Amino acid sequence: MSLERFISDAISPWMKREGPESDIVLSSRVRLARNIHQFVFPIAADKESAHEVIASISSCMNGENDAAEAENFEMLMMEKLKPIQKRVLVEKHLISPNLAEQAKYGAVLMNDDESVSIMLNEEDHIRIQCLAPGFQLEEVLHKANEIDDLIEKSVDYAFDEKRGYLTSCPTNVGTGLRASVMMHLPALVLTKKMSRIIPAINQLGLAVRGIYGEGTEAQGNIFQISNQMTLGKSEEDIMEDLAGVVTQVIQQERAARKQLQDGLKLQLEDKLFRSLGTLENCRIIQSKEAAKCLSDVRLGIDLEILPGISKTILNELMILTQPGFLQQYAGEVLTPEERDIRRATLIRERIKLENR
Amino acid sequence: MNCEECHEREASLHFTKIINGEKTEFHICEHCAKEKGEFMPGSNSFSIHQLLSGLLHGDGHVPNTPSSNFIPPSLSCEKCGMSYYQFAKIGRFGCENCYKAFDSKLNPIFKRVHGGNTLHAGKIPLRAGSSIQEKKQLQQLKQALQQYILNEEFEKAAETRDIIREIEHRLEQGRDS
Repeated sequence: MSLERFISDAISPWMKREGPESDIVLSSRVRLARNIHQFVFPIAADKESAHEVIASISSCMNGENDAAEAENFEMLMMEKLKPIQKRVLVEKHLISPNLAEQAKYGAVLMNDDESVSIMLNEEDHIRIQCLAPGFQLEEVLHKANEIDDLIEKSVDYAFDEKRGYLTSCPTNVGTGLRASVMMHLPALVLTKKMSRIIPAINQLGLAVRGIYGEGTEAQGNIFQISNQMTLGKSEEDIMEDLAGVVTQVIQQERAARKQLQDGLKLQLEDKLFRSLGTLENCRIIQSKEAAKCLSDVRLGIDLEILPGISKTILNELMILTQPGFLQQYAGEVLTPEERDIRRATLIRERIKLENR
Repeated sequence: MNCEECHEREASLHFTKIINGEKTEFHICEHCAKEKGEFMPGSNSFSIHQLLSGLLHGDGHVPNTPSSNFIPPSLSCEKCGMSYYQFAKIGRFGCENCYKAFDSKLNPIFKRVHGGNTLHAGKIPLRAGSSIQEKKQLQQLKQALQQYILNEEFEKAAETRDIIREIEHRLEQGRDS
């Protein structure tokens, strides 16, 4: 497979559009957790009832239903995918690690541009996930609500007047809504302000995490900010709180970038050009170093210090250089050492493609 | 026996997991075992359920001396069979009925997890929640009715009263059926 073809597959079509504030906010995401009335939750379900869940949701997404009209949803059953294929879906953020690894009878319905994925039999029967580039929380909530309403036309949800949408985990009950934004915050990290911002965000009832969610490290200065509470607040209030904090963090990051450019221009340029040099010339590179250099290059593009490279390169290479993708590209299982060599080759080729 | 992961190669590794007396067997080939053992982003981490289970355990443990916190071993969900102990251990409900079965124990948990909140304030499903929607609408209409009477807008008040009667009638019928 040629690199060009592979890249086009690696990047979801929705990622190629440029969204608002995309110099700092990479993507916005909303997830709604839902369960079907009278069915035991996936954790306790047997094969028959799990398959019934899949059948009923797939028929209402692909049936003659009015709102599903323009979109074509494709179904993937987890049991039919190879481990590497599942891993690639996780690296593209299209499914959760939990669905890939643990869900016995898991499945996912995905639309053409991969901006909507509906996970079935994950922790809950239904998890509607909508993604959009840049800072577009309202838009993704609107889309998720549309799909929610569409499913609800033919399915009775597990719902209680007092507790709201009943979910498998007590942390999701109520709205079942988890909204998050993925932010690239290199200047706040460089100026050592991030360590003060994180506790402040936590105090407001929001969580700050690394790129792959819960418990993961902030690779390449990418942070995910999301709501923690789902009970006692309306969807609109939850989104407003999150959007307010994100707006503030954007302002802080811009100020820190300006501070770096004004006070330490030469040092900054040196750092960013060196990182570009590393990526252009490396022969062996570990994922952590690659992520760091990619973050620098992205900052260099945003600050117009490194011209001639497209903005989407970070998004692309962050995903392309993950172990699952590297192995899929290679068509074989690779040792960590082999992956470091492949990663270096891939990054060099990709940047060369850009300079052509 | 074929590998349960790839369904292609012969399974050479056999695992048996026993949780709460429930036995699960797992057969896998060496190739897939190696794959599975590798770090899947986000999955190897300290999970929210471990954390939650820690919180719940404080509540669910059998104390040496009986106290108000004591959970009778019989507290369990009649629909899915999950006991409160199991729930406290895994931090997840087995079905929607668990919310009713463990209701008396849930408020403190929700308060801790959701910043002091225990009641839903968000979206209501259109169909399943039609009677809930109507009840809310009824409340609003009753308030409006009071206001019309105070403002001496009797024509509007009469209209509103009729709508209220209609909804009340519908809700009554819904309860009977």
